Amino acid sequence: MGEVEISLSVNGHARTDAVEPRLTLADYLRERCQLTGTHLGCEHGVCGACTVLVDGAAVRSCLVLAVQADGAEVTTIEGIAAPDGTLSPVQAAFRECHGLQCGFCTPGFVVSATALLRDNPDPTDDELRVGLAGNLCRCTGYQGILAAVRRAAEAG
Amino acid sequence: MKPSRFDYHRPTSPAEAAEVLAELGDTARVLAGGQSLLPMLNLRLAYFDHLVDVGRIEELRRIEQREGALWLGAAAVDAAVERSELVRDAVPLLAEASPLVGHFQIRNRGTVGGSIAHADPAAEYPAVALALDAEMVALSVRGERTIPAASFFTGHWSTALEPDELLVGVSFPRWAGRCGFAVREMARRHGDFAVAGAAVGVQLDDASRVQRAAVALFGMGATPRRAGPAEAALVGAGTGELDLAEVGRLAVDGMDDVPADLHGSSGYRRRVGAVMVERALGAAIEEASRG
Ligand SMILES: Cc1cc2nc3c(=O)[nH]c(=O)nc-3n(C[C@H](O)[C@H](O)[C@H](O)COP(=O)(O)OP(=O)(O)OC[C@H]3O[C@@H](n4cnc5c(N)ncnc54)[C@H](O)[C@@H]3O)c2cc1C
Ligand code: FES
Ligand code: FES
Repeated sequence: MGEVEISLSVNGHARTDAVEPRLTLADYLRERCQLTGTHLGCEHGVCGACTVLVDGAAVRSCLVLAVQADGAEVTTIEGIAAPDGTLSPVQAAFRECHGLQCGFCTPGFVVSATALLRDNPDPTDDELRVGLAGNLCRCTGYQGILAAVRRAAEAG
Repeated sequence: MKPSRFDYHRPTSPAEAAEVLAELGDTARVLAGGQSLLPMLNLRLAYFDHLVDVGRIEELRRIEQREGALWLGAAAVDAAVERSELVRDAVPLLAEASPLVGHFQIRNRGTVGGSIAHADPAAEYPAVALALDAEMVALSVRGERTIPAASFFTGHWSTALEPDELLVGVSFPRWAGRCGFAVREMARRHGDFAVAGAAVGVQLDDASRVQRAAVALFGMGATPRRAGPAEAALVGAGTGELDLAEVGRLAVDGMDDVPADLHGSSGYRRRVGAVMVERALGAAIEEASRG
């Protein structure tokens, strides 16, 4: 079969594209929308670097086909800050608390933490650790990341 | 692009899905949440000419009470099960299991039916289905049939479903009276598949004797397994006189071909399994005693 037409909203912008069914949402965002903030680490659901919001729910964009996102509202890391560039509370806290070093895992952490705090604005330490367990960081160390999300919760 | 080429189908009803599956035969695969299928496609461990996406069929996403049982449509996502008051009230063992399935991002897309059809031997929902004698309802162009959990899981990632059959939902019986339920598992990291685990339910009579017991283990063989001898030892016993460590040992005693891998030898798994049974029973009995 050839390509399939999909219509969706990406960071508030409506788009229509013809895609091959085997194109993942991650590759669609990176290659078709040029939104390369969504990172790909493992491409099989383990690292969380590719996390985006689909209709508000945090999901692995490497495990969603672009055709499955037809009709959805997608928010990537590029859509988290205010339109004028003001950092979101989670983003600002990552900067303040040394929540990133190389930054590879950061988009996934920021998107996951944004969803986490929206659903649970006042998490316990344990809930934070469990909530962030689906994202891997290979260099900063998790203490800075946890401190950042804790700070964002307090600020929020 | 990582997966190999396939055609994409999005039927709008279970009946239409069954027709598409009948027409395409074993060149097609059902796509639900994609949380097990997409990793396999991305790694090219599997390839199919056709994917039949049932994730949006509203009828398959229902969570409702049906004739004294809880009905979970096959495409109900884990996150919806986790949040459902009805599930927590009707089948607490499901509510116990849900938070242990992967991470919240996985549960936002993964489905109960997908987990049960995928039948990973270390998965939580298949063990819950087996423990509670749930019934799987499958649909094909030949009609609908009901498959009891005891004969559904046939081997490693294999089930009694035919290639052209769609799992439409699972019916979980409700337990009444003084009941308690628990799942305990040991995983290397939170969200990983468990090395071994146990899903249990107990019902007590007015004199605090065990009236009914269900013990299922996961990660301990090619399929989830019921621990018959442990259940038999529980039934009729007073909660005060039970040696749960002994019941745990009984649960794994007769189990041969327990798998060995990087995460643990068979012997290690057996010991972990016994302890998980002991802990789950402890929690379930405590809960039932309060009821
Ligand atoms: C990082 C990670 C961690 C995970 N950890 C766990 C864990 O700890 N415990 C656990 O249990 N699972 C875990 N999973 C797997 C997850 O639970 C999957 O969601 C689940 O196994 C499959 O559900 P799905 O809806 O995503 O199915 P899919 O991936 O869409 O399908 C899986 C299989 O089931 C078949 N299928 C799906 N629906 C139907 C249907 N209605 N009728 C017939 N066949 C059907 C498909 O054809 C396919 O073969 C994990 C996954 C990832 C990526
Ligand atoms: S790239 Fe998607 S989870 Fe790792
Ligand atoms: S900041 Fe480098 S991997 Fe996390």
